[in-house]
Amino acid sequence: MHSVVCIKQVPDSAQIRVHPVTNTIMRQGVPAIINPYDLFALEEALRLKDRFGGTVTVVTMGPPMAEAALRKCLSYGADDAILVSDRAFAGSDTLATSYALATTIKKIMGNMPVDLIFTGKQTIDGDTAQVGPGIAKRLDYQLLTYVSKIVDLDLDKKEITVERRAEGGVQLLKTATPCLITMLEGTNEMRFGDLDDLFRAARYDLKVWNREAAGIDDAEMIGLKGSPTVVSKVFAPRPRSQRAEMVETVDNDPKNLAVTLLAKVFTQHPKLEKEIAKRAG
Amino acid sequence: MSEQPKKPAKKKVELDPRFVNYKHVWVVVESERGEVHPVSWELLGEGRKLADALGVQLCGVVMCGPGERGAGICGEAFTYGADKCYLMQDEVLKDYRNEPYTKALTDLVNTYQPEILMLGASTLGRDLAGSVATTLGTGLVADCTELVIETETRNLASTRPTFGGSLLCTIMTQRHRPQMATVRPRVMAMPEADGSRSGEIVTVPFSMIETSIVTKVLEFIADDTRDKPNLPFADIIVSGGRGLKKPENFQLVWDLAKVLGAEVGASRPVVQAGWAELDRQVGQSGKTVRPKLYIAAGISGAIQHRVGMDGADVIIAINTDANAPIFDFAHYGIVGNAMTILPALTEAFKAHLAQAKKAG
Repeated sequence: MHSVVCIKQVPDSAQIRVHPVTNTIMRQGVPAIINPYDLFALEEALRLKDRFGGTVTVVTMGPPMAEAALRKCLSYGADDAILVSDRAFAGSDTLATSYALATTIKKIMGNMPVDLIFTGKQTIDGDTAQVGPGIAKRLDYQLLTYVSKIVDLDLDKKEITVERRAEGGVQLLKTATPCLITMLEGTNEMRFGDLDDLFRAARYDLKVWNREAAGIDDAEMIGLKGSPTVVSKVFAPRPRSQRAEMVETVDNDPKNLAVTLLAKVFTQHPKLEKEIAKRAG
Repeated sequence: MSEQPKKPAKKKVELDPRFVNYKHVWVVVESERGEVHPVSWELLGEGRKLADALGVQLCGVVMCGPGERGAGICGEAFTYGADKCYLMQDEVLKDYRNEPYTKALTDLVNTYQPEILMLGASTLGRDLAGSVATTLGTGLVADCTELVIETETRNLASTRPTFGGSLLCTIMTQRHRPQMATVRPRVMAMPEADGSRSGEIVTVPFSMIETSIVTKVLEFIADDTRDKPNLPFADIIVSGGRGLKKPENFQLVWDLAKVLGAEVGASRPVVQAGWAELDRQVGQSGKTVRPKLYIAAGISGAIQHRVGMDGADVIIAINTDANAPIFDFAHYGIVGNAMTILPALTEAFKAHLAQAKKAG
């Protein structure tokens, strides 16, 4: 079987700092990592490969430095990696990105049929969760989002059964392959790659496709032109007009601080006092 | 600039002729087995403001199975501000599935042409919004925290956190209609229901047959919600962060929560370290909360955390660092060690409540 896993290289958002004057992201020194949600997608694809054999192809759209993320995926056990990289993609929003990736996947399918496409549930930098659904729609594939478990896969019948996290419960869904799955986080644990894969990843001649190589003929569909959304402003959140009212006592003894705080809060918010008393009562 | 100074210069922007027929603000009213997701009412509250700013109607979209209380849901939508509801009831819409719901909503949009379409950023809303936006080839802005109409252009300016909540950005969809946006639960205030309001129900038939739908729902296993925390709707939350130093100290958060009858929340680093479950994470990558009281113990107040809780009515912060960003937006602050302040607060609340009980 053949799975395609779409990943993204992202700045580690836990370490992002914003320049206090220019309000721009200070990327310097911030490590670039594989979007953590994508690792659940990759691991699931690798598990299916363990069971059924076949190939796992990893795809990313990004700048040349995203090659590092693809090599990491190869070291975990992915078989092939494609970097779709072109200046023409600059400024692509989720709609343009899903077009570029869907077209790339069609190109991949020309060489080897694809059974399943995996993505993470969302990225940690954009947080939109829109590219996965976008790719599915553009390929006219069934979309299974927030999948927590692949219950059954029948390659001959081209059928898959999954558990999907829905509002207020879990859906057990059965659909046809090929389809697109976005994996829920925490559903599996990424393996340690073995030494052979580590060496192979370092030496592997991964494919770098520009726009034409990826089969994207219509440049109007990508980049700024292909993006209906336009970022008009980026800014840091405003502080509240007033800073917190600081509670202090002469001795700064915890007990006195606590009592002083309560008196202050309850005097200014008598309703809150009633609310708490009601619950405690 | 003008040669005739009689009339005040009024900047007039011609509306793109392609957009002339796109009118009204729509909210998808999400329901599962007759139960409406509260985020839909929050969206109607926000949608009302947008519709008023544009001088158009606010419409709800209700999609459900034939046996479900579709008209009842529409009636509720009117009390939360909708003027009109499009109601689609069909056997194939009984359970949420991407394919029929995408088709139903896309058809509705193509027929009635709203200028704004909003959905809750729930698992259903995100699944559906991304699919519909791609099918329509229009712009979609996820997880908006602020929605404003630019009156002269009728464009929607959608503000959302980006880079994990480190920054905010404002996004426009100027060249396409409808303009789509999702909003997370509890980001917008819940409007007051007005029982005297009513509206028009437009019943729309749906022509999709079960045999043409590829994905089948074999089973729905409802969550056991008995022991699940429901942070987004909690009235009082006590949250702990890295300032508590050790996992065993997180018990101090639980102790205070117990006295207050509160839910327990946590910052991202603490959840990642395994001190608290994922369901308790407050912030951009966790839950958005709107309690009456939020106590943050040992949480520095990174923007990541702030975007999830700054809608709280009263925020009390405890932190050893007087310069911690949390004091920039908390209402009350104590500079001190959460490990000693938390037990003192627990005792103080206990004593205060005992006294109030005696007096009352």
